[in-house]
Amino acid sequence: MAATATMPGSAEKTAAPGRPRQAKNFKQRVLTPYAMLAPGIVLFLLFMAAPIIYTLVLSFQQKKVSGLGLGKGAQSTVFAGFDNYVRSLTDPEFGASVLRVLTYGAILIPLMLGFALLFALLLDSRRTRAGSFSRTAIFLPYAVPAVISSLLWGFLYLPGVSPFHFVADKLGIALPSLLNPDLIIFAIANIALWGGVGFNMIVMYTSLKAVPQEIYEAAKLDGASEIQTALRIKIPIIAPSVVMTALFSMIATLQVFAEPTTLRPLANSLSTSWSPLMLVYRDAFTRNDVYSAAATSIVIALATFAISFLFLRVVQKRAFGQEN
Amino acid sequence: MSIPTEIREKPSYLSTGILIIGALYCLFPVIWVVAAATKGSDELFSTFTFTPSVHLWSNIVELTAYRDGVFWRWMLNTALYAGVGALLSTWVSALSGYVLAKYDFPGKNGVFKVLLMGVLVPGVILAIPQYLMLAQLGLTNTYWSVLLPQIISPYGIYLARIYAAASVPGDVIEAARTEGAKEMYIFNRIALPMMLPGLVTIFLFQFVAIWNNFMLPYIMLGDDTLFPLTVGLNGLLNQGATAPALYTLVLAGALLSIIPLVIMFLFLQRYWRVDLAAGAVKA
Repeated sequence: MAATATMPGSAEKTAAPGRPRQAKNFKQRVLTPYAMLAPGIVLFLLFMAAPIIYTLVLSFQQKKVSGLGLGKGAQSTVFAGFDNYVRSLTDPEFGASVLRVLTYGAILIPLMLGFALLFALLLDSRRTRAGSFSRTAIFLPYAVPAVISSLLWGFLYLPGVSPFHFVADKLGIALPSLLNPDLIIFAIANIALWGGVGFNMIVMYTSLKAVPQEIYEAAKLDGASEIQTALRIKIPIIAPSVVMTALFSMIATLQVFAEPTTLRPLANSLSTSWSPLMLVYRDAFTRNDVYSAAATSIVIALATFAISFLFLRVVQKRAFGQEN
Repeated sequence: MSIPTEIREKPSYLSTGILIIGALYCLFPVIWVVAAATKGSDELFSTFTFTPSVHLWSNIVELTAYRDGVFWRWMLNTALYAGVGALLSTWVSALSGYVLAKYDFPGKNGVFKVLLMGVLVPGVILAIPQYLMLAQLGLTNTYWSVLLPQIISPYGIYLARIYAAASVPGDVIEAARTEGAKEMYIFNRIALPMMLPGLVTIFLFQFVAIWNNFMLPYIMLGDDTLFPLTVGLNGLLNQGATAPALYTLVLAGALLSIIPLVIMFLFLQRYWRVDLAAGAVKA
């Protein structure tokens, strides 16, 4: 190792009289940047690329048990073709969890982005007061990790704790518990809404702030009302930000894990396969079937990619299509 | 001219009101936990939910006594994972972003594109293979197993590249080179300080991402002295299902864990300039 490490240096020294410039150039131009990129590239290969390849390999394997499956060598890993994928895709539990997460996303994302956009526009309006207080308060939940926010809301949903149940009781109205099986999806969506609306608001607000003020002055001179300015000028200008927040929200939605996992001790109606990632976790660690878990992971990853690309395609055609 | 302007700029009760309602919704669970953490376990389900009591101190004492103060270990562990992890991650992102912005070398665009694809990879999908790989090295259930996988941040590299392109002039690098400065010296001493405001944003992003990440430590760790707060509190809540007296400890713990982050968050608020799309345009 030591010998090879000194090689380039000594080679350069001996070659120096002949073509000093070129050798130095190569080092300067190619080796230096790659050496400086090495920490990033190595970490990327070890903790992103390798795990993806490993998951792919696992997803095409399964355990084969020969004889009674006793003793050493009785169990071996064999190529399984698409068996794991077929099993994963035809598993009714997987289908149910995907459907649940899609419903959850359909509830959460429009509400979260709608409120984020509304709040961002209101913050940007010159007629709004108490802006910095509201901005800080709405952004604050972003600092609270999902486990803790689920825990707080989880308690607040309990009829014995909820102030809404308290008031309803006094009025003699029977409120259903948000933790019952029909409503739990709203309970989880509310936790994610609470945690995410402020972050998305800040993203949109930041891009609103980047718009030159003269545009608004001009609109005002033309007699546009504030609502007209918001709809006709502000929203189209920040459309790219809204698209990005939508994309990131969709990716996060498909991966929902911490919220339902934390709520489980408080809500019996949550199964261990409520979301696709909970199912993957259960397959890998409770059932010790990493092969199925790997196949399901790949399916989720591919679906994420497909949805991301499809979404960007559609949005680009709609929003930026006129120029093409 | 000035009269209509004044009319238009007059405060709007409607828009201020909507924002205040939004703010109250966001503060609601936080205010509640401040009250709830002061209750004794018999009061949690019996007194009105926002009525505070006097048991905050005894709850904290009890929480501290729980398994020889393991809660404070979780607190320190979280600071270690998120603090050290985000610091390392920011440095690696800054270096990679700086090289990708300021050097011209064969394969540069390819490297950048491959790294950027990492942004779209659902992070949690990686956790299980990461676990299996680290298990083969005998590294699971160690600090390394949570720290190492979270240093690489494609999004951080992407942001750092934008910051480096915008804030480090090429002439300055050239001038330093002519004076014989080494490349890493130029990066650490000249480029890094110039990129600093942007790097604070990357640090905060990564800090929150690590502190928020539940699945990775949940999978990697079995020993509760290594847990971060999220996994620890989740476990405590699970035990509460059979021993409801633990619920007050969970709530006191939840309150204590959000205090440091909320403080840090309020102080560093001006660094949250999250300009996702404009960044893409500038790059």
